[in-house]
Amino acid sequence: MKLVDRFAERKPEIVREWIRKTMEAYPAESLAVLNRNKDRFANPLSYTISENIDLLFQEFLKGIDPETTTPILDKIVRVRAVQDMAPSQGLSFIFDLKGVLRKLFEKETEVTDLAREFLIIEKSIDQLALFAFDIYVSCKEKLYQIRANENKNQTHMLIRRVNEMDKQNEAR
Amino acid sequence: MSKMLQPDELIKDIQETPSLMTGKAPAKDWMDTPAEFKPGNWAYSAKTKATDALGMPNSRDWSPADEDWKLPEDWKEIISNGFRERLDKFRSFKVFMDICVRCGACADKCHFFLGSGDPKNMPVLRAELLRSIYRNDYTIAGKLLKKFAGARPLTMDVVKEWFLYFFQCTECRRCYVFCPYGNETAEITMLARELLNLVGININWIMDPVANCNRTGNHLGIEPHTFKRVIETLCEDIKDITGVTINPPFNKKGAEILFITPSGDVFADPGVYTMMGYLMLFEHIGLDYTLSTYASEGGNFGLFTSNEIMKKLNGKMYHEAERLGVKWILGGECGHMWRVVNQYMDTMNGPADFLEEPVSPITGTKFENAKSTKMVHIMEFTADLIKHNKLKLDPSRNDHLNVTFHDSCNPARAMGLLDEPRYVINSVCNNFHEMPENTIREQTYCCGAGSGLNTEEIMDVRMRGALPRASALKYVEEKHDVNMLACVCAIDRATLLALTQYWTPDVEVAGVTEMVANALVMEGENEVRDMDLREEPYLGVEED
Repeated sequence: MKLVDRFAERKPEIVREWIRKTMEAYPAESLAVLNRNKDRFANPLSYTISENIDLLFQEFLKGIDPETTTPILDKIVRVRAVQDMAPSQGLSFIFDLKGVLRKLFEKETEVTDLAREFLIIEKSIDQLALFAFDIYVSCKEKLYQIRANENKNQTHMLIRRVNEMDKQNEAR
Repeated sequence: MSKMLQPDELIKDIQETPSLMTGKAPAKDWMDTPAEFKPGNWAYSAKTKATDALGMPNSRDWSPADEDWKLPEDWKEIISNGFRERLDKFRSFKVFMDICVRCGACADKCHFFLGSGDPKNMPVLRAELLRSIYRNDYTIAGKLLKKFAGARPLTMDVVKEWFLYFFQCTECRRCYVFCPYGNETAEITMLARELLNLVGININWIMDPVANCNRTGNHLGIEPHTFKRVIETLCEDIKDITGVTINPPFNKKGAEILFITPSGDVFADPGVYTMMGYLMLFEHIGLDYTLSTYASEGGNFGLFTSNEIMKKLNGKMYHEAERLGVKWILGGECGHMWRVVNQYMDTMNGPADFLEEPVSPITGTKFENAKSTKMVHIMEFTADLIKHNKLKLDPSRNDHLNVTFHDSCNPARAMGLLDEPRYVINSVCNNFHEMPENTIREQTYCCGAGSGLNTEEIMDVRMRGALPRASALKYVEEKHDVNMLACVCAIDRATLLALTQYWTPDVEVAGVTEMVANALVMEGENEVRDMDLREEPYLGVEED
């Protein structure tokens, strides 16, 4: 039985543990509240993480495909990018999957094959991290763009007025 | 240097601890976790130009990023006296300090908490930042039992923590809706900000508009001739788009109604389309009104500073109404202006006896709810016009829009304006979809940047706070192809634009009156009216 199939068999347990690890980014005082309700609208943070970690793991089992995987990653990364954490902290949830899988399967006997397969699988995990990082950076860029736009919008009519005055001066 | 791990140790390390770059949070108690100032999590301090102009105490150059905030030597005494004075003056404040039982009903109701996961953004804990000092100084249990009774002494770290977290509350009052004791957490934030102001701790995005408003009558500090010229430019746009000529009256003595709206509608994109909407609506019904170049601001950032400054800025609108000799005031699509008018004006500057109880000159409807403040909301006014069939409307002109409505915190929770905007929207457009129930009406989520926090340097904080609103918006975008987020607040028109650009880039933001104007069939309009106020073609019209 391939390792991926065994992951598939134990999917609920893996996903649960991966979500738990990801949520460790938030203080215990907050978790007590954040864990009590996962309604999409009443608690969008927990919902976004739980829902998309689950979807992400399904992608992972299927084989990562930028077309379908990236939008799922985007949902989590877009939230992490505006939270008060370093980029690496924001993306650490991807690497946490390694620990989750190793811990669940550490007692397996076929060490050599296992190790080889792990190498392949870990490559996929790293790939996820790279995609995520791309999104992260684009989110940051977007914030700067919005800040610049906002400055412009606030003085929209004044700039128009100044331009009109320039034109009138030129015409004279 | 850390020691090199053996392979088995390394494996164990990876398994047992979060990864090397982990974001695992510190597990210390909140009282032992000091506020951390990083670029992007604090707003710029007020410039002395603004604080000097207002005669604010301890006006100086300083930055939250500096270790030394240059407070006066007796800062502790100033805050302590200010605290005592406010407990004596505002009974509500004393009650709010005493009656919280920490039931936690409010904990997960704050958009900043839901977006950040930071426990100090739970309303209960934010209030606790102040209550802990109250207990320490004013309760016997706190004096005796100290930390065990949730008390702690006032230190510079506490002041810094107040600054960080009371400027991460938008005074939206959503938590208040869920509090079984009716604790008004927004007023706790208001009073905390007053205490900070006593020692000269304030932010530029609030003080600059306050100083400008105090000087020229509006947040941007625009002088009368420019204010007038800009509105005339908008009239030229209306002429180009619709063919209708409008000459709005300015400072007209003896007009029946004074119209006041936030200056954001006059100067900011996309607020200007809402301004064009008001002008078209008034022209359509032949209203006897006037604009004022002095009361050229409905917004009141005094609400975010101190009750004294709020009173002064609010007073300006009523002085102008008295000077012009109007009967009553019609107010535009603004958020916090309505909180000031509806909750504080009457006991602060009212009753406005020199004005008359508002009656619509078009329908004869008496606005009894505005009997004392003499100020009517444009949505009440417009809904009444539509109800009496006084507007010629073609809702199909808004068929290019799939609209949802964001209840702005203040009109929704501070004045109960819930159904009028919906009635108006449903009368002027054919495609309206509500966001989920627990995110609208009284339970509406904040835009994430109200109460003077719509400044660009804290865009990350704002976007965290915007997550709950955005999640609901995303849902209706996916489900109903919503492409327009309507609202009745000028600050929202600025802040929701940032929200949508980040979370739902295909959704635009509009004021409700902009959509009313799109649907208005005006006398003298072009034979073919083929585009909306944004010069977007109406559905079914071919683009050149």
